[in-house]
Amino acid sequence: MSDNHSVPDFMRTCRFVFILLIVFTVITVAVSKVDFGHHFLNIGVGLLIATFKAFLVAAYFMHLISEKKLIYTVLGFTGFFFVGLMFLTLFSYADFPTLGGEQPEVAHVEGAAETHHEAGADH
Amino acid sequence: MEIPYNSTPRPDTGLYNAKVGIWLFLASEVMLFGALFSSYILLRVGADPGMWHLRPLNIWLGTINTGVLIFSSITILMSWANLKMNSFEGFRKFMLITLLCSVAFLVIKSIEYGSKFSHGIYPKTDTYYAIYFTLTGLHALHVIGGALVNLYLWGPGSKMWKTDPERFTNRVEVSGLFWHFVDLVWIFLFPVLYLL
Repeated sequence: MSDNHSVPDFMRTCRFVFILLIVFTVITVAVSKVDFGHHFLNIGVGLLIATFKAFLVAAYFMHLISEKKLIYTVLGFTGFFFVGLMFLTLFSYADFPTLGGEQPEVAHVEGAAETHHEAGADH
Repeated sequence: MEIPYNSTPRPDTGLYNAKVGIWLFLASEVMLFGALFSSYILLRVGADPGMWHLRPLNIWLGTINTGVLIFSSITILMSWANLKMNSFEGFRKFMLITLLCSVAFLVIKSIEYGSKFSHGIYPKTDTYYAIYFTLTGLHALHVIGGALVNLYLWGPGSKMWKTDPERFTNRVEVSGLFWHFVDLVWIFLFPVLYLL
């Protein structure tokens, strides 16, 4: 908690944040019933609200809005590796068809056979 | 020899020991849940088209549990604030409410699990339920762990208030930080598993 805020003031803020969190929980459920046209939009909106709620918890309940520099440093490293963890997973998924750096020859079997035949004729 | 900076902040960092410790621990927790969330993403995007769909989870129970956890977050803050204002009785009252909330959360969760088991649904049923039980089970373990620490602070651990009030207040703050993290994880678990 910030040194320049009194405890009652801080708690007043936290009670307001609590009401916001409850309201946004209801909004999350309500929004999930709405069809935004594409399922990815629904997921995006849902995760956006969840991220905002997480920000409220981290910033006010966990006092991160006015924390010491060392804590921010620790969280900076954590955030970096967390994002890395997420992207590595997605990159590995996206890289699946070209494992080993070779292009797969499954799409056009006949063409591939011809190429192989021509390559063999060159020898 | 007394360990320095147990209750008073270290001058250069402005932090007492336990606060640095809990944030380092929470950093490792972020990576633990992050690994499971990335597993969830990989399973979901890797599923054959049309094969990933939400299973019939009880949205209302999930919503109530979300409310219970958010409410417990504010009550544990209130318990800490009461200590800051030298009200030990206030601390006891709000910490007890926090404990009751954690029990309520676990009871609701066990009702959900019981309903699934009674229908023959287990983690082995399919990929969705495997990740559902893994994520919610690990989260429930964290709720149990946090509740046990809070129970200790409410019960026998509260004797420290008489001998070293500053350090006891710090302990409650640290326990609260863990509890807020448990709340934070659920804020993502709820929409991801129940709604989206």
